[in-house]
Amino acid sequence: MRFRLNWHTVVALGLMLLSLFNLPFTATSGTALPLLILWFLVLAALGALAVPPRPALVASFGLLGHAAVLLLLRSLKGAEGTATLGFYAALAASWLLGWRLVTVLSGDGKRGSEGPGTFVSLLIPALFGFWILVLWEAIARGAGIPFVLLPPPSAIGHRIMGSLPILAADFHQTVLKAVLFGFVAGSLAGFVVALLADRYRFLAKGLLPIGNMVSALPIIGIAPIMVIWFGFDWPSKAAVVIVMTFFPMLVNTLEGLRAAGSMERDLMRTYAANHWQSLFKLRLPAAMPFVFNALKINSTLAMIGAIVAEFFGTPIVGMGFRISTEVGRMNLDMVWAEIALAAVVGSLFYGVLTLIERTITFWHPSYRR
Amino acid sequence: MNKLREPSLLFDRIFPVGVIVALLVIGWYAATFFLNAPYQRDLNARQGVSVTTSELVGQTMRQQKPTMPAPHQVASALWKATLGVPVTSKRSLVYHAWVTLSSTLLGFLFGTVLGVLIAVGITHIPALDRSFLPWIITSQTIPMLAVAPMIIVILAAVNITGLIPKALISTYLSFFPVAVGMVKGLRSPEAMHLDLMHSYDASTWQAFWKLRVPASVPFFFTSIKVAVAASLVGAIVGELPTGAVAGIGSKLLAGSYYSQTIDIWAALIAGSVVAMLLVALVDVAGRVTARVMGARPT
Amino acid sequence: MTDKPVISARDLSLVFETHDGPVQALSNINLDIQAGEFVSLIGPSGCGKTTLLRVIADLEQPTGGAITVNGMSPHEAREKRAYGYVFQQAALFPWRTIESNVGLPLEVMGLDRNEAARRVKHNIALVNLAGFEKKHPWQLSGGMQQRASIARALAVEPAMLLMDEPFGALDEIVRDHLNEQLLKLWAQTKKTVVFVTHSIPEAVFLSTRIVVMSPRPGRIHEIIDCNLGAERPLEIRETLEFQRIAQQVRDGLRAGHSYDD
Repeated sequence: MRFRLNWHTVVALGLMLLSLFNLPFTATSGTALPLLILWFLVLAALGALAVPPRPALVASFGLLGHAAVLLLLRSLKGAEGTATLGFYAALAASWLLGWRLVTVLSGDGKRGSEGPGTFVSLLIPALFGFWILVLWEAIARGAGIPFVLLPPPSAIGHRIMGSLPILAADFHQTVLKAVLFGFVAGSLAGFVVALLADRYRFLAKGLLPIGNMVSALPIIGIAPIMVIWFGFDWPSKAAVVIVMTFFPMLVNTLEGLRAAGSMERDLMRTYAANHWQSLFKLRLPAAMPFVFNALKINSTLAMIGAIVAEFFGTPIVGMGFRISTEVGRMNLDMVWAEIALAAVVGSLFYGVLTLIERTITFWHPSYRR
Repeated sequence: MNKLREPSLLFDRIFPVGVIVALLVIGWYAATFFLNAPYQRDLNARQGVSVTTSELVGQTMRQQKPTMPAPHQVASALWKATLGVPVTSKRSLVYHAWVTLSSTLLGFLFGTVLGVLIAVGITHIPALDRSFLPWIITSQTIPMLAVAPMIIVILAAVNITGLIPKALISTYLSFFPVAVGMVKGLRSPEAMHLDLMHSYDASTWQAFWKLRVPASVPFFFTSIKVAVAASLVGAIVGELPTGAVAGIGSKLLAGSYYSQTIDIWAALIAGSVVAMLLVALVDVAGRVTARVMGARPT
Repeated sequence: MTDKPVISARDLSLVFETHDGPVQALSNINLDIQAGEFVSLIGPSGCGKTTLLRVIADLEQPTGGAITVNGMSPHEAREKRAYGYVFQQAALFPWRTIESNVGLPLEVMGLDRNEAARRVKHNIALVNLAGFEKKHPWQLSGGMQQRASIARALAVEPAMLLMDEPFGALDEIVRDHLNEQLLKLWAQTKKTVVFVTHSIPEAVFLSTRIVVMSPRPGRIHEIIDCNLGAERPLEIRETLEFQRIAQQVRDGLRAGHSYDD
């Protein structure tokens, strides 16, 4: 086994040295735990310098580094706000080793070199997410940032576990009622109008520029009007979502219906196919990638529309309502809990649509195997 | 062999769009009557006045706080709020639009710079590509706007108020489309062109400036068009929790508190005009750039 | 071949309106094609050979003169599904299997299911694609895709095949192979074929008559008879007779070309 220097690890070693002269890490850490952490980090650094990077070697230096950072977080227990220079130096050192790990796992990125496998290509972003949480946790607690400014992830996690019934009620009100109804109704309406507009070219010529323009407008501003029309409960939010999702679907479907090639259209013409036959057999299937693009855009817009519309008035339940009232009470952990919920729902929504898209547009070059 | 008939601006653009806009205005008037009539009938019945249908139509177009204001009511409110008062007045929509526009533009600028920097980083550092890009894409599926009130309040707690917090929300919303679009753009050169640069022994830097950047220009303008619209939405939503001081968002909120429907509509239209101007500006900039770079005019 | 011609064009002309003014794509075309003929349209790009084929197929409307297909207007002929059309590219729908691509025109015609299934199977076998029924187009080579598109054209059971440079996008080895197969098919099915190409050997090898066209305006320069007999192995291209006809076509193309570019 040979060693080769790389800048991540060299800087990390320097930081460890700095850390060693600035013990202890926190008011309660003593020196034994910091020394153990530093010992782990030194071993990890040696692993990170060794070449070639065999899988077993990379795995063990990764594990050592991450064990060290977990211990580091543990040293904060009961000593919030007392982190010393030594603590931050050790944190930075372990972060650099984490970066080194990601760099090694990512390969050199040159063309021709084989990309990482499925597991590694999932592990890399997962590590990135993990490090965001670790740095957030360590800095929020280490520096003793006031809870009302930035609660640490662990506190948000506790809040989520402690408020499941509230979160479930908000989810039910905002997502299952307003978002789902608005998304389905708005997308469907946009789709049907696009089919009609496609039948009558004149309509399409008029609607396409209008639809394109409206898509750029701050439609969310109609929320107060919808509240006046449809009341405080979910129908007014669903109405906002319907308007927001209608236009992207209209524009994308119209565009998609023009996507079929001229040769394919001529082919249908040689069969003397009528409008509906060429629509259902050729142009609609060819438009499907565009329709799904609109559905994916709409999934995000629907969540945004429903949540922000609740800022304008709502019964005492709903994700947007909770965010705006808890912000007012400075209960930021609850706000973060709702945001986490929104994030999970948003990405699941998107993920499900992507899965359906893959099965329906399996033929599209981006999904072929 | 060019078989395409040249599209005529009048018959393929102005006329169809005009007809649909006219239909929308007629529909709007019809909606004004039908949405306002029940309340008006109620009112007339209580006051014991009986009116003919045509009088009722007139009444529905003149309500103080209509459910649905008529287009001419909104138009006159817009007229009064723009040309009827000095632009520095708090009652001027131009003033409020300017407040929103300034934070939109600042946020858009930050967001574009940030987005481009991230895209350059991602295209040149494999570790960033593998670790960061998936999160950028995932984060587009997350309702980012929900974070807006919190950012305003947190920054207010550390005494940052006014333009900057709203601009930060706009930054937040606009850097995603730019980053994703620019990653696509910087990677858009074909393998053949990259091989060509490679055969000249061009440095990464040269390949970047001479190939990747020019190739990414169309992507840049497409994504900043999305970004500028998102930026405006961010600024408007950012104005909601600031206690309704100034800006289009605060006008919307104030209108909804006092059920001033005409004001809400006027503010909404002012916001839409700002959005259209911004998008049109980006569009023109994109076309001019394409023309200067010698692209085929479309 | 003394019956009324299948395709008959009289003083046919077509003018396209473009940005730079009108373009005379077809001018003064007079052509009769009899049942069972294999007629190639050959010429440089811009000579209107594809346009002529598209006029026959009612994909383009002439601006002057008259044309009949099977004694009716091209429009009526299209409505009666009088021909099968093969494009430069296979134009198979990627979301359909080979089988259902071949069956597509039959679905449009509203043909009985069992009859459709029979024709699909028969025509897939005819172009030697048996065993690939369940594959999707992108899983097949370019040559196989084009064979599938020929099967699709044949499934309509038309008396006439209109082919627009069907093998232009394929490499020469595949092309030779498909030319042989097409000849066999033609001999078996006795169909009338109108075939657009820009390859002289292909035209001479396949055709009974070769229509040499020239550009600006698109017109017929010369019609060359080409009867090499029913049996045409690839080696026929080495014979003197073949060379002679090829030379005649080449001369025609050269004479028709205005050399102004």
